[in-house]
Amino acid sequence: MREHEKHDIGGVPIVDRREFLRISGAVVVGIGVSNIAAAQAPAAALQRGLVSGPPDPALIDSYLAVHSNNKASIYLGYVDLGQGGPTALCQIAADELDLDFDQVSIVRNDTFTCTNGFTAASRTAGIGGMETRVAAAEARRVLLGLASQRLNAPVQELTVAKGVVSVKGTPQRSVAYGELLGDKPFNRKFEPVRYDARGAAIARTNPDVATFKPPSEYKVVGTRVPRPDMLDKVRGTYQFMQHVRVPGMLHGRVVWPQGQVAGAVSPPKVISIDESSIKDIPGVRIVRRQNFVGVVAEREWDAVRASRQLKVTWDAFPAVFPGHDGVHDSFRKATTRDIDVFNSGDAAATFSQPGLRVASATYQGPYEAHGTMAPNCALADIKADSATVMSSSQSLFQIRDTVAQLTSLPPDKVRVQYYPGSNTYGLSCYTDVAEAAAIMSHEIGKPVRVQLSRQDEFGWDNYGPAHLAEMRGAVDANGKLVAFEYQAWGYDGNGVGTASRLLALGLSQGGGRGGAGGTGQRGGGAGNVAQGGGLVGGLYQIRISQNDMYDVPNRRLIEHRVDGRGYLKLGPLRAPLDPPYFFAQEGMIDELAFLAKLDPWEFRKRNMSDPRWLGVLEAAANAAKWTPRLAASKLSSARIVTGRGIAIGTHHLQPNQGDRITYAAAVVEVEVNKGNGLVIAKHVYGAMDCGLAINPGIVESQIVGMSVHGTSLALKEELQFNQTNVTSLDWNSYQTLRFGEHPAVTPIVVQRLNEKSTGAGEEVLPAVVAAIGNAFFDATGVRLRQFPLTPRRVLAALKSASADRSA
Amino acid sequence: MANEVQLRVNDTMRTVTAAPDTPLLYVLTDDLALQGPRFGCGLGQCGCCSVLLDGVEVRSCITPLSRVVGKSVTTLEGLPAYYAARKKLSRVPDLHPLQEALVAEQAVQCGYCYNGQIIKGAELLFKTPLPTDEQIRTAMNGHICRCGTYPRIMAAIQRAAKAMTTTNTASTGAPAARPVRGGAEAAEEVSRA
Repeated sequence: MREHEKHDIGGVPIVDRREFLRISGAVVVGIGVSNIAAAQAPAAALQRGLVSGPPDPALIDSYLAVHSNNKASIYLGYVDLGQGGPTALCQIAADELDLDFDQVSIVRNDTFTCTNGFTAASRTAGIGGMETRVAAAEARRVLLGLASQRLNAPVQELTVAKGVVSVKGTPQRSVAYGELLGDKPFNRKFEPVRYDARGAAIARTNPDVATFKPPSEYKVVGTRVPRPDMLDKVRGTYQFMQHVRVPGMLHGRVVWPQGQVAGAVSPPKVISIDESSIKDIPGVRIVRRQNFVGVVAEREWDAVRASRQLKVTWDAFPAVFPGHDGVHDSFRKATTRDIDVFNSGDAAATFSQPGLRVASATYQGPYEAHGTMAPNCALADIKADSATVMSSSQSLFQIRDTVAQLTSLPPDKVRVQYYPGSNTYGLSCYTDVAEAAAIMSHEIGKPVRVQLSRQDEFGWDNYGPAHLAEMRGAVDANGKLVAFEYQAWGYDGNGVGTASRLLALGLSQGGGRGGAGGTGQRGGGAGNVAQGGGLVGGLYQIRISQNDMYDVPNRRLIEHRVDGRGYLKLGPLRAPLDPPYFFAQEGMIDELAFLAKLDPWEFRKRNMSDPRWLGVLEAAANAAKWTPRLAASKLSSARIVTGRGIAIGTHHLQPNQGDRITYAAAVVEVEVNKGNGLVIAKHVYGAMDCGLAINPGIVESQIVGMSVHGTSLALKEELQFNQTNVTSLDWNSYQTLRFGEHPAVTPIVVQRLNEKSTGAGEEVLPAVVAAIGNAFFDATGVRLRQFPLTPRRVLAALKSASADRSA
Repeated sequence: MANEVQLRVNDTMRTVTAAPDTPLLYVLTDDLALQGPRFGCGLGQCGCCSVLLDGVEVRSCITPLSRVVGKSVTTLEGLPAYYAARKKLSRVPDLHPLQEALVAEQAVQCGYCYNGQIIKGAELLFKTPLPTDEQIRTAMNGHICRCGTYPRIMAAIQRAAKAMTTTNTASTGAPAARPVRGGAEAAEEVSRA
């Protein structure tokens, strides 16, 4: 362990990082290491000193280092979830430091080297981008000060290119960053940007802060820098968590009940384990801690076979789940705690006013799974006095704390290193598997790598929750929205943290708030089931007509919170709850447009005033060559009919984060086969305004991904479960959009150079889901208010509509 | 019981000690330390673990070791060499044209499924040099991508097909293969239009 030595130079407290000099040169996260032994190499950590973090947020050295080869490394705690966020951070750092893009790289995330970032909720570009910009600007100021002394010229006469500082007009008088500071610490404090508990930036008070580059001076930001991870990814040399092996390790597999059971009502209890059931597999050991059961073996296939073969008798699971077809009814019938989230004007009174057209409807959305391409994996090496854990978590410091608790080690003795998994889009089972590896390694005394099975991952996920909405809306004779009321049903976290903790700690009813309570992704903490901000409320309260979406004088949002016990675990899933909210809201807006006899785009334009919302709608509509007409005004009696839909979307943030809102809109063209009920999305036009798009190419790729993912949500994805267990356990029982079913996608980035950068990985998703629902109505004249629009549901809706017409 | 098994992987004979029912995937990843094929479902449903077995795409997670004895396994790592052999190129390119095209299209997001997407796409391009959209959709349908990059994989397959048939080489704008020159090899020369 390294020592800190405090000095004081010119009133600025500094830290001497002795190991700073050990290694120079950039280490690129996820790319540099490809061989198995390299998994152990703490190169990035040595560079800055092996000290448990997070480091002081007021020190430049906590965020970046400049090396003698004139390159820079940044140490922000934002991980690459496959969406390209860190590339954008490197672009920001390059511009603020006057470096080329390839002179900047991000080190592998590690609790011993990096800041405490939380890669979620579109924070990388917004919050991480600001942290990068501030630290890089401060670093540049220090470097220019040093250059001024070295070159004997005032700072204002200096210019920088590619990290080489020269005197304006006499380029031969120059010095490189690497010569000024190469691999030495900055030792400089500054006032960082801080955020309040709800995530809003707090204004800085120290006037002595470095100024940022104006957008007009950006050279790298705003350009389509290719993602540096791509070559290794197509070559197969990119190292995923699933590839990591360490010497002496064992392969572990968990033996959990097949499909999540109602742990908040009755945690699964092991009655007996029949060890003889695996006696034909030599060398396998059973690991048990209370009701947590796992197996370890030297050979992976032995562990796999043993986990399948081991006969564990569980106490009967309580038959309390409503089942996937009964969940909405159970919400509606439940005793709820009602919260008036938002109430302005007097919606209730408005609906009874004469001369208005009023529509009311009920909309429903299903449970959805994260469906990571790779089931999560982790490796833990728990020793008597310290631990190393390798994980794909979006928040390494949370893993550190939970492993410390499970192993009774002090948190600063637990080192957690990030290795990328596949797509996660929120709280998939990465925490569960890291804990499982820690428990097994702790019990066995050797490093253990645990790979979840496909069934483990699907069965014990923290699902995106089912949603029920009842809405009323009213328009006047001029097609102006006058009232909108939205009643939402859902539940808080349901008392179950992770599967590993549930089983290993014998958590009982109400022992912890859900895997994703109001604080984000903390699992298993103390909390009362029926209280506290849950997924439905808290973080995601701010809905309908907020952020100047629609101008509605009378609007109300009521949440009916159901007790979460007896329901499935929840967790944030890409744009949490936004797909069902927008499917409902934008469906209702479409219904009101139809009542008002207005084209759906025209109706939205008539009821919006924010230029950024109008801007994305126009971008999507123009790309789709939208011509005004009433929805369902071109119905055909053909077997295969076509339609188009339009909708807006965003990722909802808390009320005081309005300046971090991203604006999105989508137009989708669909084809409906009335014979077999098959809906095909032919073309998605997705437009997004995320302020200054740091890398428009990456934003476009996110729009493409969200368009396909949104189509998948709208048409296919629905978790199946019965009264006792989740039954969607593989890619057959959990349907996802296949290659052959994908729409063409036209991505449109609305670039706003002078606006703050906001998230770009979530917002088009809900717009696409909603636009598909609206397109179905345009094609068939029938409104389907429950997604996914599966053939079964489509045929039932068409049949029922036709029965209504003939009745 | 474990026995010594000889198998040909990426044109090299390898000896491993493993039970004959061991899925090929675990031998490739654990014994041979290959990173191309990777675990996705263990059920043959997703395509993350795909390899070419005598040129035919198979799911290594459900292919027992006993089934590959006497056959030739090509993983993503060996794809450029296998491509060069099939196309009778005099030198092994750095990347298969589809790999180049995927970079040119900036198709990849998390990249986990790309092992299978590339293996399957390469198999398609061997069989059908200029596939139609429908042929691509049909061939690739068993390979799931949860990042939703299908449209760009589709564009990359088309781009690679065009590059492979128009110049008989890869000219996709991505990092290039090493040029080969002279005589019969001239046809294989990389053109950087």
